[in-house]
Parts: sequence; C-alpha cells; structure tokens
Amino acid sequence: MTTAVADAHEAHDHHGPATGIRRWLFTTNHKDIGTMYLVFSLIMFFIGGAMALVIRSELAIPGLQFVHPEFFNQMTTMHALIMVFGAVMPAFVGLANWMIPMQIGGPDMALPRMNNWSFWILPVAFGILLSTLFMPGGAPASGWTMYPPLVLQTGDAFPFLIFSVHLMGLSSIMGAINIIVTIINMRTPEMTLIRMPMFVWTWLITAYLLLAVMPVLAGAVTMLLTDQFFGTSFFLAAGGGDPVMFQHIFWFFGHPEVYIMILPAFGVVSEIIPTFSRKPLFGHDAMVYATASIAFLSFIVWSHHMFTVGMPLSAQLFFMFATMLIAVPTGVKVFNWVATMWRGAMSFETPMLFALAFIFLFTIGGFSGLMLAIVPSDIQYHDSYFVVAHFHYVLVPGSIFAIMAAAYYWLPKWTGHYYDETAGKVHFWLSTIFVNLTFFPMHFLGLAGMPRRIPDYSTQFADFNLVASIGAMGFGLSQLIFVYVLLTAKKGAQATAGVWDGSKGLEWTVPSPAPYHTFDEPVHVDRSVAFPKDPNV
Amino acid sequence: MIRNISTGLLGLAWATAANADWQLNMPRGVTELSAETYELHMMAFWVCTAIGLLVFGAMIISLLLHRKSKGVAAAQFRHSTGVEILWTAIPVLILLAMAVPAARTMIKLEDSRNPDLTIVVTGYQWKWHYRYQDQDLAFYSSLARPSLEARQKNSGIDPFDVENYLRDVDRPLVVPVGAKVRVLLTSNDVLHAWWVPDFAIKKDAIPGMVNEMWFQALKVGTYRGQCAELCGKDHGYMPVVVEVVEAEAFNEWVAANGGVTTRTFADNR
Amino acid sequence: MSAHAHDRYYIPHGSHWPIVGSVGLLFLMVGVSTWLNGAGFGFWVMLAGLATIIGMVVGWFGTVIGENQQGVYNAQVDTSFRMGMFWFIFSEVMFFAAFFGALFYARTAVIPWLSGEGNNFFTNYLLWSGWEGTWPTNGPGNLGGDFEIMGPMGLPLINTAILLTSSVTLTIAHHALIAGNRGVLKTFLALTFILGFIFVFLQAEEYIEAYQHMNLKLTTGIYGSTFFLLTGFHGLHVTLGAIMLLTIWFRVMKRHFTPEKHFAFEAVAWYWHFVDVVWVALYVFVYWM
Ligand code: HEA
Ligand code: HEA
Ligand code: CUA
Ligand SMILES: [Cu+2]
Repeated sequence: MTTAVADAHEAHDHHGPATGIRRWLFTTNHKDIGTMYLVFSLIMFFIGGAMALVIRSELAIPGLQFVHPEFFNQMTTMHALIMVFGAVMPAFVGLANWMIPMQIGGPDMALPRMNNWSFWILPVAFGILLSTLFMPGGAPASGWTMYPPLVLQTGDAFPFLIFSVHLMGLSSIMGAINIIVTIINMRTPEMTLIRMPMFVWTWLITAYLLLAVMPVLAGAVTMLLTDQFFGTSFFLAAGGGDPVMFQHIFWFFGHPEVYIMILPAFGVVSEIIPTFSRKPLFGHDAMVYATASIAFLSFIVWSHHMFTVGMPLSAQLFFMFATMLIAVPTGVKVFNWVATMWRGAMSFETPMLFALAFIFLFTIGGFSGLMLAIVPSDIQYHDSYFVVAHFHYVLVPGSIFAIMAAAYYWLPKWTGHYYDETAGKVHFWLSTIFVNLTFFPMHFLGLAGMPRRIPDYSTQFADFNLVASIGAMGFGLSQLIFVYVLLTAKKGAQATAGVWDGSKGLEWTVPSPAPYHTFDEPVHVDRSVAFPKDPNV
Repeated sequence: MIRNISTGLLGLAWATAANADWQLNMPRGVTELSAETYELHMMAFWVCTAIGLLVFGAMIISLLLHRKSKGVAAAQFRHSTGVEILWTAIPVLILLAMAVPAARTMIKLEDSRNPDLTIVVTGYQWKWHYRYQDQDLAFYSSLARPSLEARQKNSGIDPFDVENYLRDVDRPLVVPVGAKVRVLLTSNDVLHAWWVPDFAIKKDAIPGMVNEMWFQALKVGTYRGQCAELCGKDHGYMPVVVEVVEAEAFNEWVAANGGVTTRTFADNR
Repeated sequence: MSAHAHDRYYIPHGSHWPIVGSVGLLFLMVGVSTWLNGAGFGFWVMLAGLATIIGMVVGWFGTVIGENQQGVYNAQVDTSFRMGMFWFIFSEVMFFAAFFGALFYARTAVIPWLSGEGNNFFTNYLLWSGWEGTWPTNGPGNLGGDFEIMGPMGLPLINTAILLTSSVTLTIAHHALIAGNRGVLKTFLALTFILGFIFVFLQAEEYIEAYQHMNLKLTTGIYGSTFFLLTGFHGLHVTLGAIMLLTIWFRVMKRHFTPEKHFAFEAVAWYWHFVDVVWVALYVFVYWM
C-alpha cells in the first residue's frame, strides 16, 4: 500500500516521461496530451485540406472532370466534419492542455486520466468516420449539417456517421469538464479570477458552451438514428414531426459551435498583440464581459441559419435583431485590440503577423456575417457561395490563423528553441495572399447566384472559380512550409525563459523547454511579471 | 479548355470586370422587392465598408507609426471606461438604423394575400413540378437536353459551347408580366429550395409542409435560378427557369397547353 | 504518508484504462453499426465492446477507490471530483433538454401548423386537408394506427411515488452516514436501490402493456417517438443510478466511508436526485399534460 503511493510520488516528482509508445498511450501529463492533440489536429487539417483540394480541382473549370457528383458531396461533407471536429476543435483543446495549467500556475489538468481518454477517443471517432469512405454507398454526402430526410438516404455509412459524432461529443464534453475544473480549482493562490490571462478566460467560457451544446447535438443525431432504424417520426410530417425540427436542434448546437471555434482564437490574439506591442492588453475586463456576452447571445440566434425555411415573421425579426447584436461585443474586442496596439512599440515576428492578419480578415468575415443577418438579403445569400466566403473568412484566416499564431508563439516554450523565423514569415505571407485569393472571389460568386454544394456550374461562374482553385492549391502547398518549420523546430537557437522580449505571464517564468512537470508547488513570483493582466499591479 | 484557363488568368486583371462573366454584385432584379433587397444589401455593404475604413485605418496608422524599429517607447495605458461605453453604444445605434428598413421589407415579403395567379411548386429528386391551381395545368420541368449531355463526366462537350449550361430546362414556368404570383412550395422527397435571384425569393421545399412566397415581375424576360438546398447527387442539375411574358401571350400559352382559360389576364402593371 | 499526500495535488502517473476504454468504444460502435446494417456478427462485436467498457469502468474506479483508501487525495482533488461530477450531470441535463425541446416544438408548433395554423393554411389545405391535430397524436398519416394514451394514473403514478420515496430514503441514509448510524444507513441505502430496480421493472411492465394492449409503439408517430425516447433514456439512467447505488452499498459494507469523507456516496446521491427531477418533468409533460 504505502510503498505503492510512495512510488506514485517518486514517479511524478522525479522522472520525466515514460519511454516508447507507452508514454503516449498511458500518459496523464498535460504536455504530452497537448502535443498529441496538436499533432492529431495537424494530420486532420491535411486530410480535410486534401479533400478541399479535391473540391477545388473539380470546381476549377465548368464541366465534370475528376469526380462524380455523389463523391463530390461526400468530399464536401467529410471536409467540413474533419475540419470542424478534427482540426480546429482539437487544436484549441491541445493549446488549452499545454498552456492553461502553465498560465494559471497549476501542476497539471485537474483530471489527468480523463484527459488522456478525451484525446484517445478522437482517433477512434475519426477512424470510424474516415472508414465510411470505403463503405457501400460511400461516405455521408448530406453536408455536415446532416439535414433529414436527405441524410436518411446515406448508405451503410449512416450509423457510423451517427456514432462517430457521438464519440466526438463525448470527447469534447470530457475535455470541457476537465478545462472548467482545472481553471476553477487548480489556480495558484495568487491567480485570482480577474488576473487570469485572456486565453484562460476565453477557454473557460468556451468550455461552458461545449458542455451546453454537445449533448444537444448528440440528442439530435440520436433522433436521426431512431427515425432511420426504429420507425420514430421526429422529422416526418406524416407522423406529426417536421424535418425543420432537426434544423432547430442542430443549429441550437451549431451556432454556439462556431463561437466555440472562435473564442479561443480571440484568447490567443489577446495574448499575442500585447506581447509584441510591449503594452498591456487594453480593457482586459471589458474583453471578459464581451466574451461572456457573445457566449450568451450565441444561444439565441440559431435560426439565422434558417431564414428560408418559412418561419413566422415574428421569429424572423427576433433572430435577425439578436444576430445583429453579436456585432457589438465582437466589435468591442476588435476595438480593444486596436487600442492595445495604439502607441505601443510593435515588432513583427511571425506570431504577431498572423495575429494582425487575423484581426483584419476575421473582421471582414464578421462583416459578411452581419450582412447575412439581414433577412431579405440573406434570402438572396443563403446557400450561395457568399455564405461559403463568409464562414471561410472567419474559420481559415480566423480560427486557423489564430492556431498558427499560437503555434509560432508558444513553439519555443515547447521545444526550447527558436523556430526558423524566415520560413515562418514566408509561410505567413504566402498563406495570407493565397487565402484571400481563394475565398474573396467566393463573395462575388455567391452574389452572382452560384449555389453551394454543387459539383459543376454554369459558365458565367467560370473565372472566379478558377481563381479560387488556384488560390486553394497555393494555400495548401504553403502549409507544407509550416510542416518544415515544425520539423526543424529544435534546430534553432536556445530559447530564453521569456522567449519574446515583451512576454508577460506565468508560462514565461518557467524555463524553455518547459519541464515535464511545472508548478508542483504553488508559485510565488514577481507579480508584475506573473500577473500583467491585473489592473492593480 | 486551355481557352478558359487563359481567360481565367487574364481575368485576374480586374479590368475585364466589365464583361458579364465577371458579375460582381447581387442583381437588382425585376420586382419591387428585389430592388429593395438590393438596396438593403448595398446599405449593409457601405456601412461595413465605412466601419472597416475606420478600424483598418486606425490599425494601419498604428502599424506605421508605433513600431519598435522606430525606437518609440510603448505607452502603458490599459483601460478607459469612457471609450468602452462609446464603442459599445455607437454600433448599437448603427445596427438599429439597419434593422428598421430590413424589417419593413420583411413584412412586405410575407404578405402573399390576394394573388392573381397561384402555382404549386413541388420538388423532386431531381426536377421541379409546376401546377397552375386555377388553370389546372401541370407539368415537370427538368434540365434541358444539351446541358444534360454536356454535364456527363468527361462528356467531351465544352460547356462553353452550350448556351445557358446547367441553367436551362425543357419546360420553363410561364407567368404574365405584372401579375402577383403566389408560389406554394412543397417537396416529394427531400428538401429542395426554389430560387430566382432576379425575383429575390428563395424558400425551402419541405416534404409534408407547404411554404408560401410571392413575386410580381415587372419586366418581360427569361429569369434563371437553381435549386438551393442540397438534395442529393443531382442537386446541381435542377435549375429553375421562369419566362415572364405579356398577358395575352400568357393567355395563349395556357390555351395552347390545354389549360382552363376562364380567367384571362390583362396587363396590370 | 497522508501528511505527504496533503501538501500537493495527486497526479496519477500513467494509466492504461483510458485506452482500454477507447478500444471498447471502438468495438461497441462498430458492432452496433454493423448490426444495425443487418450483419448478425455485429451483435457479438457489440457485446465484446460492452464487456471491455464494463471491465474498464470497474478497473478504473477500482484504481481510484484504491488510491482514495490510501488517502493520497487531498481536499483539492476532492473538489475536482465534485466539480467534475456536477458538470457531468449538467451535460446530462442538456442531453434530455434536446428531447424535451423536440416534444415542446412538436406540440406547440408542428401540430398546429399541420392543422393549418399560422402561415401554414396551405400545408393543411393541400397536404393534410381536414386533419385537426390535438396532442397526443400520431400525425396526419395516423402512423402506427389508432392507439391508446399512456395516462398519468396507474403505473406512472406508482412509479412517481416510488422514485420520490427513493429520494427520501436516500436522504435518510445520507443523514445516517453523517450521524455514523450504520444500521439505518445500510437498510435505507438498500431500500433506495431496491426501489430503483422496482421502478425499472414497472417501467418494463408499462412498455409491454403499451406494446401489447395499447398499440402504443415507437412507430406511433411523434407521440410514440417522444414518449419512448424520453422515458427510455430516463429508464436507462435509473438503471445506471441503481447500479451505482448498489456499488455504493457494497462500499458501505466495506466501511469505505467516514462521516466526514464520503464523496462517492454524495456523487451518486446527486445523480439519483437528478434522475428524480427529470422524472418529475417527464411525469408532468409526457404523462400528465
Ligand atoms: C468561427 C466561426 C464563425 C463566426 C465567428 C461567425 C460569426 C458570425 N456569423 Fe457566421 N457562420 C459560420 C461560422 C461563423 N460565423 C458558419 C460555419 C456558417 C455556415 C454554416 C453552414 O451553413 O454550413 C455561418 C453562417 C452564418 C449565417 C447563415 C447564412 C446562411 O446560411 O444563410 C449567418 C446569418 O446571419 C451568420 C452570421 C454571423 C454573424 C452576424 C457573425 C458575427 O459574430 C460577426 C461579428 C463580427 C463583426 C461584425 C466584425 C467586427 C465588428 C466590428 C468591427 C464592430 C462594428 C461593426 C458593426 C456595427 C457592423 N453566419
Ligand atoms: C475550420 C473549418 C474549415 C476549414 C479550415 C476549411 C478550409 C478550406 N475549405 Fe472549407 N468548409 C468548411 C469548413 C472549413 N473549410 C465547412 C463547414 C464547409 C461547409 C460544408 C457543407 O456545405 O456541408 C466547407 C465547405 C467548403 C467548400 C464548399 C463546398 C461545396 O459547397 O460544395 C469549399 C469550396 O471551395 C471549401 C474549400 C476550402 C478550402 C480550399 C480550404 C483550405 O483552407 C484548406 C487548406 C488546407 C490544405 C489544402 C491541406 C494542407 C495542404 C496540403 C494537403 C498540401 C498538398 C498535399 C497533399 C494533397 C497530400 N470548403
Ligand atoms: Cu433540389 Cu437541390
Ligand atoms: Cu450562426
């Protein structure tokens, strides 16, 4: 008995990681798990991206050259599911695992074993999802929104789709619980709530969103399952159900979901801008309130995805107003970032470049979002490429750029070495040029009347589609530079504890690379360094 | 095909934005409401542009002036409740100003009462079915032959040689100009959506439910749209074509197609 | 030792249970899916997965209980467990919310619309002409044929009484635990899970009744759908809760809990009360109104 315990402590006091595959399979260490999440996310980004390239190749010119329509729809569906649930969400959870314990001075995540499980569910979920590509009837082809009745026409893939979504939900819920408990319960005594870094704050709120909506998604797909196999009629009018009911339940999850993909990005940007402006974050508290308001509003706007389903006028009016309101707290964030830069002393390392591009391009995506909120216009935009342009602006130069920024920002802290800065800058400039080349023309396509989710199009859409396809290839290939940066990450100069000269916060007080176990003991450090977010120091 | 690629590349020079292929904006359309919708769209666009100019302008100035390389020392101010309130309040006002006209248009959009003509549109995988309520005239409308042949994988037919590729049907919907047409939408299988950009109307066709919308085309002509809700493999191949014709022409068309012509139409623009 | 344990947060150093759990999930999900797709062997794959997961749960909790008995968990770890359990229950609430949402939406929106209300005159006129929907209904298609309604009286009422009583007995057991009165604790805890199992048994009876004599089935339109999924998922939770209570009872027998420290007991109690509250909501909205 006693010895067993002693061992456990031995272990976690002194040795570093276990060796070999067992380290990764059995680990309870937040840094290991964070790394696994990030690597998994990158792989998924490439798979989902490769599917995007299939889409763009087919759409490069009119006529059907490479794939059949049914396969095209499978690509669209899988691309979205993989990017949303496999690339963006795990990337942010990975960052949370790595950074939150270090930023709040905690020894690890609060529930380390469960932490390991929430990760290891993901390979199972996506293994199942990807396997559907090889099944009779092919992968799901109903769009990532899985609207019935169409989704019920899926072949053998159908139950696999449903259960892989269940697994993704399970993983996210356990991850969210872990993050909430860690933030509330594991802070070092001096880290009061108001002193918490923005990244921790945004993640705390995101975790609550996850807890509230992932179970609802699980419920929605469960109803699909029973409608398909057990003769229930949730989405069947003849039985007193309604196909549109699924859309309501789905988007009750779906809209908060899109903020789940952007709030942590806001957090990352709010960390990076002050560092490279050498100036404290402007309006830290206002930022917290803004984030909370966005989270609240995100629960009462879902029907803006459904302005063409024939809702009562009153509902349309309500959802339009509520949706437009979200521009206000989001604006507060943008304005505060600008105010943080104002009269700072900026330098432009790769993380800063990505953060700046984020502010510019996310704002553009936000603007198109606001236009979409206006019902009569949305009746024109809906299910056209204008929508595709909107959400790629908020997701690619939005979420993805923020993830890139975070990776470059914290990489030296993880590896202990500076990455190849020139390669980083090249990666940034190519990505930024090509991302706009890819997605900006889609605004025009949508306005000119090109519907989304089509494998072939009328000739008047030819030119912009070609531009977009060229951009997509360019953007895709540019991402290989990022892989190069990662592969050479340990080759650069030894990094200091602070890494960047404007960096403030607890994570910068531990050496680089961060030791396998940080903050086993409550920390007592120079407050102005450790708690730059504290208005009173 | 080489041709398309080269034109595409040349097209990168915005100069050619003149020619139709480079249509940049939402059509103004041929109904009162499509024009209003266009105005709303442009209003929102200009509001965003203005705000964008302010925000990005401030950022760019800051990026140019406040850089370490210029040897500036960073100020340390960190909050001001005043400005926070200011830049919360102003956007709220702007948004209200945008919402009010939008609401007005929405109310008109919903009002499909006392139409001159009622058509029941039913979505099928993958074609449309039209039924003129009072003329008891009904027919299917599916992708036109030339497109159908050209659309096959590696058909060898250059889409550029097919006119209105994928936007042409065997039997278009015909309506009299100036008549208030009520469209009753439903579906036979999965969700579809009936969309004609020039009328600025789009609604989902839902099995077991009937959706209502209306339009009043003020200009004779042929207007093309597409199914706008994913409905399976041929979702991209069920276009919507509406021919708006003079009232008399419509009456003749009804007669010629064996429809009931008890109620004849006069031009009431 | 406990002194040593108290000064820092206990971080287990590696565990093989999670990966076992993932493998179990893989088999379970693949099994169910292939089975639903009509491949018989899927059933056995599913069972294999289920067995693995049960093994994982037993092993995992066994480890945690062991560590707990060795006193390596300090107050902070205890708080983590409490918060974890609380937010887990919250996510469960949201899961049920989805189905209640479906129920309310169908009742307050869909049925009236199919009957031609609101901007849906033509829905009724063209597709379901003459149909006047009133809850409970199996829809304008009269899916599954005529059926009887599962009213609030009889079995459901008895079940309500049972579940409410079980909450009381559980609370008595808890107080006894705090007061160190083991006799009362054992009997009332036992009473609680026995009542739980009786509830599940009667629920099964109710289903048999519904299927054999009332023609009330999953296929009975939206009413059957909401009725069976809501009560079904609730029944599943009662079963789990009862099993958890049983486990706790064994641990009481093994003297695992002290009047001061007995979180496992409280966690299960929370869960049981949650199941109870859901039932009350069910009774009101599914059986009664
Ligand atoms: C990261 C993800 C993300 C984010 C952050 C957003 C943000 C917003 N989205 Fe977007 N959206 C998606 C992801 C996202 N969206 C996706 C994936 C879809 C498609 C789903 C599918 O169908 O497949 C979608 C679709 C979508 C629709 C449905 C379109 C349709 O299908 O017809 C609408 C409609 O209202 C909408 C609106 C908005 C609004 C108002 C915001 C706002 O939050 C934006 C707020 C930000 C700004 C406005 C810019 C900064 C603000 C200022 C500078 C202040 C001053 C500005 C003003 C006062 C105007 N989105
Ligand atoms: C976070 C989410 C996310 C991300 C990051 C992306 C990234 C991209 N998306 Fe996607 N997309 C969605 C979310 C996302 N998308 C969603 C939700 C939909 C809606 C789906 C639906 O309608 O149901 C959608 C739909 C969608 C469409 C519309 C499809 C249709 O309507 O039929 C298109 C078309 O161009 C597209 C393109 C792209 C491109 C070019 C990228 C690029 O940014 C991708 C760049 C990355 C790579 C290219 C991979 C890395 C590089 C390589 C792989 C190098 C080459 C190596 C090899 C090929 C091995 N996406
Ligand atoms: Cu019919 Cu898309
Ligand atoms: Cu949304």
